[in-house]
Amino acid sequence: MSTPTTQSKPVDESRNVQFRIWRGNKDGGEFVNYTVNVTEGMVLLDCVHRIQAEQAPDLACRWNCKAGKCGSCSAEINGKPSLMCMTRMDTLPPDKVVTVEPMRSFPSIRDLVTDVSWNFRVKKTIKPFKPRKPDNADGSWTMFQQDIDRVQEFRKCIECFLCQDVCHVIRDHHKEDEFIGPRFLMYTAALEMHPLDTEDRVGDLKNRDGIGYCNITKCCTKVCPEHIGITDNAIIPMKERVVDQFYDPVTRLFRMFKGK
Amino acid sequence: MSFSEQFIVHEHDVLVIGAGGAGLRAAIEASAAGLKVGVICKSLLGKAHTVMAEGGMAAAMGNVDDRDNWEVHFADTMRGGQYLNNPIMVEHHAKESPARVLELESWGAVFDRTKEGKILQRNFGGHRYPRLAHVGDRTGLELIRTLQDHGIHKGMEVFMEMTVVSLLTTGGKISGVLGYDRERGRMRIWKAKAVILATGGIGKSFRITSNSWEGTGDGHALAYQAGAELMDMEFVQFHPTGMVWPPSVRGILVTEGVRGEGGVLRNSEGKRFMFDDIPDAYKNQVAADEEEGWRYVCGDKNANRPPELLTRDHVARCINREIKAGRGSPHGGVYLDIGWIKEKLPNAADHIKRKLPSMYHQFKQLAGVDITQERMEVGPTTHYVMGGVAVDGDTQMSCVPGLFAAGEVTAGLHGANRLGGNSLSDLIVFGKLAGEHAAKYAKNNAAVEVDQAQVMAHTNAIMQPFERTTGENPYVIQHELQNTMQDLVGIVRTETEMQQALVKLDEYKARMKNVSVIGHREYNPGWHTAIDLPCMLVVSESITRAALERKESRGAQFRDDYPDKSAECATFNLVAKKAADGSMQVTRRPIVSMRADLKAVIEKMK
Repeated sequence: MSTPTTQSKPVDESRNVQFRIWRGNKDGGEFVNYTVNVTEGMVLLDCVHRIQAEQAPDLACRWNCKAGKCGSCSAEINGKPSLMCMTRMDTLPPDKVVTVEPMRSFPSIRDLVTDVSWNFRVKKTIKPFKPRKPDNADGSWTMFQQDIDRVQEFRKCIECFLCQDVCHVIRDHHKEDEFIGPRFLMYTAALEMHPLDTEDRVGDLKNRDGIGYCNITKCCTKVCPEHIGITDNAIIPMKERVVDQFYDPVTRLFRMFKGK
Repeated sequence: MSFSEQFIVHEHDVLVIGAGGAGLRAAIEASAAGLKVGVICKSLLGKAHTVMAEGGMAAAMGNVDDRDNWEVHFADTMRGGQYLNNPIMVEHHAKESPARVLELESWGAVFDRTKEGKILQRNFGGHRYPRLAHVGDRTGLELIRTLQDHGIHKGMEVFMEMTVVSLLTTGGKISGVLGYDRERGRMRIWKAKAVILATGGIGKSFRITSNSWEGTGDGHALAYQAGAELMDMEFVQFHPTGMVWPPSVRGILVTEGVRGEGGVLRNSEGKRFMFDDIPDAYKNQVAADEEEGWRYVCGDKNANRPPELLTRDHVARCINREIKAGRGSPHGGVYLDIGWIKEKLPNAADHIKRKLPSMYHQFKQLAGVDITQERMEVGPTTHYVMGGVAVDGDTQMSCVPGLFAAGEVTAGLHGANRLGGNSLSDLIVFGKLAGEHAAKYAKNNAAVEVDQAQVMAHTNAIMQPFERTTGENPYVIQHELQNTMQDLVGIVRTETEMQQALVKLDEYKARMKNVSVIGHREYNPGWHTAIDLPCMLVVSESITRAALERKESRGAQFRDDYPDKSAECATFNLVAKKAADGSMQVTRRPIVSMRADLKAVIEKMK
């Protein structure tokens, strides 16, 4: 017995869809209207490519894998931070103009391309992985699947920076100098929860990385295309570690005596 | 404007072009030697096509089956490559990949585990034992992220979203490279003592491909133009399973891991057609029936593999045959079925989601198909080029002094066909070797002065599309080129069709000189496409000329007019080189002879 096929979904007639795409650079810009003939199964990135090939060869956008694996084609679609390659046209309201904007939290470079270099600078400031000595003579370690499940969830991150884009601490309050954002709070969590890691980053989280700014509105979790539990599984446990290390009365007493 | 005002100039000991697995591994190695290292990448750091690799990296660690060792891996790779591989590279690869995988673990990679807490290994086509270290079906992401997060602390300077348009040579030696940044379109010169090409593949020369926009064969073309040799270009791997529906995702990869986890191929009649055609070289390695195939998937050491796990060239051809015979699926593919394992496993749906999460996600979101319940439609897609820059098997240096290459842009390891999983291990084994030897070269050789006239000539050439106002749209030529290669030099080839292709390629070459682009140099994809075209043409021409010259069917090359292997053709590799008059010359070169001890390994594993 083989599995049945229900792939022959009803064929959608091709239809013309109106787009408003933001065009401009750091000095300003405007929405430009385009019309694209949309056929079955098309995603938003296909429409942008069609506009590039037929109407505006100089329309700038980033993309690579076209399968939700590289995190390059982040944009705001009808106001929602999303990957263009994973947004199927038939999931958008029909007969409505589709608005496509660059990620608004980052400086504009051109059209849909933004300057995300801040993210790369932030990552460099986080203390790197520092493993314990190998467990075995051949240089390997013994780790069990149940010990790495939670770290593997965070390592699914494709660095699309949609979580950074939506986070109000960055988007509305521009705390880039004091706050590393959900992506890097989770990156830190992945290192802290790595069974082999021996480094301590909890002090940095509190003093330098601004974990206290996060007030758990979970916007980051909502936009994550990898469906990672950023807030519940990464940020909240790190907040708890900060509390344990810096605000727990017993630990504080202990630290007082140790003169730290 | 004076020369120095027109160009931003950088200076490095070792310059790496490409930041996928091979490029980053090479850069880490060269940095470890204490040198000043630069890395140029066309995309943002961490987005290179390596992220798309799904199934795993092959390394004979023997964690799942202790009968595995480097000798078995060596023999499997040579057999898969139909003995056109460079045995020295295959030996390096088989011996060194386990250490390279462990090294990734020491840099923070988190591989799936066995019950004993070791790195888990999975079955893949052409590998005798479970050999692929993996992380679900996102192994490439794990690899690139590990190298990226380790590498950024090693002092290398990364130039993101920049494209190299030419290698610079003086007196035949590497002196640096010329390129531009996509953001502003400013021209830049990177002076370097040694350059490592790690630019990946060429899939964009075909219409249906698993490759992203980056796979335009830049490294292949840069090397060729600088006087290096391209070898084995006729061997282009068509991965058997790409998505076929909806049209916008046509070609996107469906990992071989689906078959490794028990997925089977069926035609429209519901038949597992792979049982109908087993190649002689694998006769005693294939399951007698469906039941034995399932036992193999479950880890029964006495069972042979299901025929779906034969090499990619063979599986792709069988799928092609079914489609042509009218036994395909509604959208021109065949069925790949993993959902059937619920007959065997109580919690099959959860098992599939855990083992193949991104496949589940990809089909659900892009095709509206739940792979735990429904069959996938799949068909062959241009995936990988076995051919590339000819290098020394030990040092990875090309015939141009100071020019090294690693990863997909290089020829030699895979011969006529690559085994799945051998690519990621290729990146880390040869990335390291290239980094090490480029560093040695840079230490032992003084910098060579950059030839300014050369720089000006290349710069003028790429600015020309802006000066024309009535020329052709570069996208149109790109599109036609992809159709030509897909239709005339694809999975089944003939003399007549390939001769037609050569005529078309000549036509594109002429039209390419007359493209125009609008707008300015800042982040202009039309201009970038115009610059990609010459690279795609070099690649396409070398594939076509080599495929014409190899009058046999072997590995990934299938000639309808020469359907069998020829003993004579087993003796040579084909090498494409730019002749003095600028034309492309393809010549035969005897294959690298195998040492007696390696021959003995092959005999032992027969």
